[in-house]
Amino acid sequence: MRYLPLTNTDRSEMLAKIGARDIDALFRDVPKAAIVGRSAFDLTDTKGELEVDRLLSRMAAKNVAAGSAPFFCGAGAYRHHVPAAVDHLIQRSEFLTSYTPYQPEIAQGTLQYLFEFQTQVALLTGMEVANASLYDGSTATAEAVLMAQRLTKRSKAILSGGLHPHYAETVETVANLSGEVVRTPVTPGNAEDIAALIDDKTACVVVQSPDVFGLIRDLRPIADAAHAKSALLIAVVTEIVSLGLIEPPGAMGADIVAAEGQGIGNGLNFGGPYVGLFATREKFLRQMPGRLVGETTDAGGKRGYVLTLSTREQHIRREKATSNICTNSGLCCLAFTIHLSLLGEEGFSRLARANHARASALADRLSKVKGVSLITPSFFNEFTLKLPKAAKGLVDKLAAKGIIAGVPASRLMPHEADATNLLIVAATETTTDEDYDAFVAALAEAMS
Amino acid sequence: MTMNNQGRPTAPGTVESNELPTISGDRGLDHEEALIFEIGRAGMTGVDIPQVQMSDTKLGGLRRKGPVGLPGLSEPEVIRHYVRLSRMNYAIDAGLYPLGSCTMKHNPRLNEKMARLPGFGDVHPLQPEATVQGALTLISDLMRWLTTLTGMPAVAMSPKAGAHGELCGLLTIRAAIAARGETRRRILVPESAHGTNPATAALAGFTVDEVPATRDGHVDADALEAKLGPDVAAIMLTNPNTCGLFEPRIKEMADAVHKAGAYFYCDGANFNAIAGRVRPGDLGIDAMHINLHKTFSTPHGGGGPGAGPVVLSAALAPFAPLPLLVQDANGFRMIEDRAELPAGAQPFGRMCAFHGQMGMFVRALTYMLSHGADGIRQASEDAVLSANYILASLKDVMSAPFGEGPCMHEALFDDSFLEGTGVTTLDFAKAMIDEGYHPMTMYFPLVVHGAMLIEPTESESKESLDRFIHVLRTMALEAKAGQRTRFDGAPRLAPRRRLDETAAARKPVLRWKPKDLPQAAE
Amino acid sequence: MSETRFTDQHEWVRIEGDVATVGITKYAAEQLGDVVYVELPEAGRKVGQGGEAAVVESVKAASEVYAPIGGEVTAGNTALSDEPAKVNADPEGEGWFFKMKITDKNELTKLMTADQYAEFVKGL
Repeated sequence: MRYLPLTNTDRSEMLAKIGARDIDALFRDVPKAAIVGRSAFDLTDTKGELEVDRLLSRMAAKNVAAGSAPFFCGAGAYRHHVPAAVDHLIQRSEFLTSYTPYQPEIAQGTLQYLFEFQTQVALLTGMEVANASLYDGSTATAEAVLMAQRLTKRSKAILSGGLHPHYAETVETVANLSGEVVRTPVTPGNAEDIAALIDDKTACVVVQSPDVFGLIRDLRPIADAAHAKSALLIAVVTEIVSLGLIEPPGAMGADIVAAEGQGIGNGLNFGGPYVGLFATREKFLRQMPGRLVGETTDAGGKRGYVLTLSTREQHIRREKATSNICTNSGLCCLAFTIHLSLLGEEGFSRLARANHARASALADRLSKVKGVSLITPSFFNEFTLKLPKAAKGLVDKLAAKGIIAGVPASRLMPHEADATNLLIVAATETTTDEDYDAFVAALAEAMS
Repeated sequence: MTMNNQGRPTAPGTVESNELPTISGDRGLDHEEALIFEIGRAGMTGVDIPQVQMSDTKLGGLRRKGPVGLPGLSEPEVIRHYVRLSRMNYAIDAGLYPLGSCTMKHNPRLNEKMARLPGFGDVHPLQPEATVQGALTLISDLMRWLTTLTGMPAVAMSPKAGAHGELCGLLTIRAAIAARGETRRRILVPESAHGTNPATAALAGFTVDEVPATRDGHVDADALEAKLGPDVAAIMLTNPNTCGLFEPRIKEMADAVHKAGAYFYCDGANFNAIAGRVRPGDLGIDAMHINLHKTFSTPHGGGGPGAGPVVLSAALAPFAPLPLLVQDANGFRMIEDRAELPAGAQPFGRMCAFHGQMGMFVRALTYMLSHGADGIRQASEDAVLSANYILASLKDVMSAPFGEGPCMHEALFDDSFLEGTGVTTLDFAKAMIDEGYHPMTMYFPLVVHGAMLIEPTESESKESLDRFIHVLRTMALEAKAGQRTRFDGAPRLAPRRRLDETAAARKPVLRWKPKDLPQAAE
Repeated sequence: MSETRFTDQHEWVRIEGDVATVGITKYAAEQLGDVVYVELPEAGRKVGQGGEAAVVESVKAASEVYAPIGGEVTAGNTALSDEPAKVNADPEGEGWFFKMKITDKNELTKLMTADQYAEFVKGL
């Protein structure tokens, strides 16, 4: 078998050295009744590369790749162009096949890029300090709520109705164990009055901007209202490229930022792996979950980097840890860091502008189709249309014609009556005028 | 105070360098590398994106007022920067990585090619299901491999890592107990457990009660059984355990746990020892996470991403989190809505957005199809054989506290053999770096002093193992003979000497700062 | 007149009148390694004898510090936030953790004298 270097001769020699009669002797602690043979598994045998390649390629061909059709899905995962250099670099052996940098002397590559990543995340979000990533935006949001509960010693979390429903459900899974989670009503295209709900039992308010419908939210008044009651504002960003054009949460008074970094450096990948960004104020540092990389010097006086403040983490603090998290998003962070390094200030700004320009152009054209109205007065690269009939049926119809027309809001909130006719549409720098022509024509036809 | 005795020197002091200084500061192929913020400059970019006309009337008055502060670099500068950084890293592609409990096996490149097929890499989780049947089929096939290999009826696919899987497992247990109308808040965890186990138990709202180990490195089954009671929700065991040993009384413990109305969570980190030969389902477990990045070769990537699907027993399967993958006459679909649940399903909620780590699913299934059930069985045998070969070859010069009998896929040593030499486990490990090896797992598990846990995996040739054994033997003999030169102040030949972790923790510097850094708004 | 007592958890307490100063012993500081951070209780916090009062962290370990006797915390040693190294340099002097008003002087009888503690440490 091509991945197993030991030969039968090797195996015999090794058994002889060990003094074992056969391999079974090494499993002597396993109860006999628990040992099964090959026939216990209704699974296939070893296959060569060619055969596996063929099998999986056939399976992949049964999917409609976003790049092969007019494509307008967003709602938490965004299709951006990733430069060829990124994927090439992350496949270097020393990045792909290395472990967590617990031995810093031989892991400065990983540690330095994570230090760069932490800096980039702090700069993007306008916050003072960021960690070396969590799994994704949804679990980062949940961790932010738990952190706010610890910091304020209060247990109530108020979630905006504009928060991505998957994120809200993820928060509820863990935060309900330690407190109370309240969700405001869903008000598509409008900002709900979340400030009015904040009381002195509130640990935090969680607001996504741009929200799940694409609406850009002004966080400043919410931050003020929260701080007036000694509660914290957690700002959630699912489209990280939006921070190239919109005021960052840190400039509007956010205390913790939980974001999804997938849009930079990482493909859609059918939902994962993604990269959770987490940033906060320096004074909250010791309550922050996840890995942290810090700068220091080595015994020779050279600058170097190490994992630090590990006493917050599970391998030391065990049941008193700030979180149980062990991995970070490693290679996805690296892809993010490299892509953002390639973009730089100028490239990132242009990318964000291009996204907004593309989305504005599409929104204009689509809202002119009979029966269709745009309900989000402000947006970055994603907006919501109200249709005269159920959006899901329309999306399925257009998919059969080879157009991936966006995400019907009912997919995310099946029990919101207001959402049934809503279609969430994203347009990025990868969408073309030909795509728009096809979409507009198909939509007009479906409406008639 | 509780004497958590893992304290060890973390500030190395300064050493003289007797290297010939170069003009550049670089040495041959070893290049020093600054931060991108120090290299970049304004106006430069590595991506040519045209400037577009844009109106800002639809930005809600919240257009960004100031720059982000990112450095600009051209593509050649970016590539050089990250290539140079990469060369400061050890990797499994470059050498043996004996990290116990991490399973640093070879990462097949076919996995990478398959994950990058546009049909897998360029599909959105919320596309209409008719357009992603191939992706859903892949997930279904992987589920079948996982349940078949483990002998369990169900599997939850969404957890994003092992620790996340542990949380998922404990939450199904919590839900199952609540469904019975009971409240049980205590979880039994061995003192040898990985830190994620008690951390996860606390996160899931339980209190942790530690079970001691016996002198021969197993969980004290009698102590465990004595601790069972109507307030115990579950036990969390690792099998094979963190000392590298199979728990011989595991079935008995499972039966006792079930009799007491509790559940058995198994940490699947060490599945590589028994995959294809033993089915955890036959041992009586109720839930087990599988680290796809350990047993099933998805790359460690410098710390992630991982994936931690959780196999579930019939008792726990109804409580698996959303989404649920189902198949009917129309094909596959994800159930995401509680109103559409199949009969009997009572999911406790959702672990994360979307469906799970698809990119890792593709890689893991590629590995499984390539190996086949016969190859997986052979891999486990080779992993166990290699660990025992190392144990047998070193236990006369190093000290193996449980070395009387065979180990599983990892061999545990402690620092008794270094007693009186002045060389610690830390020094020994750092000296391995100079020999071109990544150190083994150190100071874990906590049940022995100065632990050294070695897991070679099945990916090493006999020549590679022999070389490794020779180096460790020689080091051990030198240490015992009082020859300290190799150990004092090691490593000397790595890109960095020992780093000052004390200073890093006392005065944390966690980012680069521009000279005029704006404060975060109040 | 001040008297100092020691616990088997390696804390010391020095009584002057009804004010007690608490810290960790030289032995404990040595075992812990370089102290990097100390989490101190706020003034006003009430603790019972043996209750968790503070946390002391080195790079690789975190340890709870227990109150040798019961009472109410009056002040934490804020100098330790800038210079946790004081705990290593002078654990039984400048590296003190917190001061408290004690409730019951009799609780002292449960603790060891300096000589008894020295013997205790020898046996570890």
